[in-house]
Amino acid sequence: MSEFFTTTNAGIALVVLGQCLLLTVLLLISLAVLLYADRKIWAAVQMRKGPNVVGAFGLLQSFADFFKYALKEIVVPAGADKTVFFLAPMIAFTLPLIAWVVIPFNDGWAIADLNVAILYIFAVSSLEVYGVIMGGWASNSKYPFLGSLRSAAQMISYEVSIGLILVGVILSTGSLNLTEIVRAQDGDWGLFAWYWLPHLPMVFLFFISALAETNRPPFDLPEAESELVAGYQVEYSSTPFLLFMIGEYATIVLMTALITLIFFGGWLSPVPFLPDGVFWMVSKMALIFFLISMVKAIVPRYRYDQLMRLGWKVFLPFSLFWVVLVSFFAKFELFGGAYARWAVGG
Amino acid sequence: MTQIDYTRAAKYFLLADFFSGMKLGLKYFFRPKATLNYPHEKGPLSPRFRGEHALRRYPNGEERCIACKLCEAICPAQAITIDAEARIDGSRRTTRYDIDMTKCIYCGYCQEACPVDAIVEGPNFEYATETREELFYDKQKLLENGERWEAEIARNLEIDAPYR
Repeated sequence: MSEFFTTTNAGIALVVLGQCLLLTVLLLISLAVLLYADRKIWAAVQMRKGPNVVGAFGLLQSFADFFKYALKEIVVPAGADKTVFFLAPMIAFTLPLIAWVVIPFNDGWAIADLNVAILYIFAVSSLEVYGVIMGGWASNSKYPFLGSLRSAAQMISYEVSIGLILVGVILSTGSLNLTEIVRAQDGDWGLFAWYWLPHLPMVFLFFISALAETNRPPFDLPEAESELVAGYQVEYSSTPFLLFMIGEYATIVLMTALITLIFFGGWLSPVPFLPDGVFWMVSKMALIFFLISMVKAIVPRYRYDQLMRLGWKVFLPFSLFWVVLVSFFAKFELFGGAYARWAVGG
Repeated sequence: MTQIDYTRAAKYFLLADFFSGMKLGLKYFFRPKATLNYPHEKGPLSPRFRGEHALRRYPNGEERCIACKLCEAICPAQAITIDAEARIDGSRRTTRYDIDMTKCIYCGYCQEACPVDAIVEGPNFEYATETREELFYDKQKLLENGERWEAEIARNLEIDAPYR
């Protein structure tokens, strides 16, 4: 029986399908919990209690919201382009989920252990902007359109710096494979062998760029309530809106996974005497998600020109300079080979 | 040549504001919550709180209102309508005492004007209705309110008495 699943094409396809289903279900459930956590953290900083009525401690709030959205009427504006109008939320929902296939939760726990994993994630996340643009355009309305224009410019700007930051890490590892990147961070000193130490400034740059990339505050200009009502989502209701929201949160969690894998050693244990495992990966992601939620609570929104200035005049030159610096360090194996893990076999 | 503020630049690049904001946020994160679980917990009310109206009775069951129509006259929103007639025993009483709660601005002038403490604004503020018509209160409704809230109303009047 086991041969069927390992040797025949149909068997392998079934196994992969099962893995995808498992990942999607777990991801969606964890998204529901994270949405709840996000609201709770935000509330706590403002000295509120947050959702606490549905279920014990309000734990079922997200599920209640899900049913509320799903059961509402879908309103389509008269002037909307129906096909594109419904295609947009589907794109915004599927693409972040598709990107998850290359994320390894443990050594070898990736559905597709691609050698070009980073390129793949990059390709998929650049396509995500189409969901937003199409949503804004198909609504045939002023505010959504302005929101989607802003969003497109913002996502493209910050993808550039994210890419350059990743190039630095790739240079240090000598591989685009996420599993390889994590393995390269395995060292004798536990958490001090991870990439956050040699690439310290880039951790902050990546974190901030990830906020901008996922349209989180302080960079939530596409959906700035005070100016654009809800940006590209204005005309969306019911399930299409829900899809946009789930997609947004899936991207955020994807970014936490990426930060964990690239800078914080993925599934590696922070102290040498404890075993590595999926537990570390999940708890690191949760910690980074906590930080992202905290940022939402403490920062005011950026003005649009400030956002563009930060992206192009600060982040881009800084990350570009860092790439040059890292390639220099890596080439001459300075700092005990901290920047050239492939060479010293770290 | 412009002067460069190096301290400010250094703070900008070291994300000083961001970190102090994060510190403050974390400090507030562990503070006790200010939330009141409203339907289960309620905030304190002043004895002078002006909520839903009520018509009171004397302890012997006689209604206080003598149909002097001072409240009707003073009501700035003209929400009160009173008709009066002599009763069989010769005392003047209202035959109709209506308050349009959708007009009322809860200024409290009616209870100030009342010489016999008949019309009062009680401590109840939870009387939302599903139809507009239910908010056109008549005499019967107001007397029922008086019966239901008499204990609280009498207590509040007593607490507030030294300041009058």
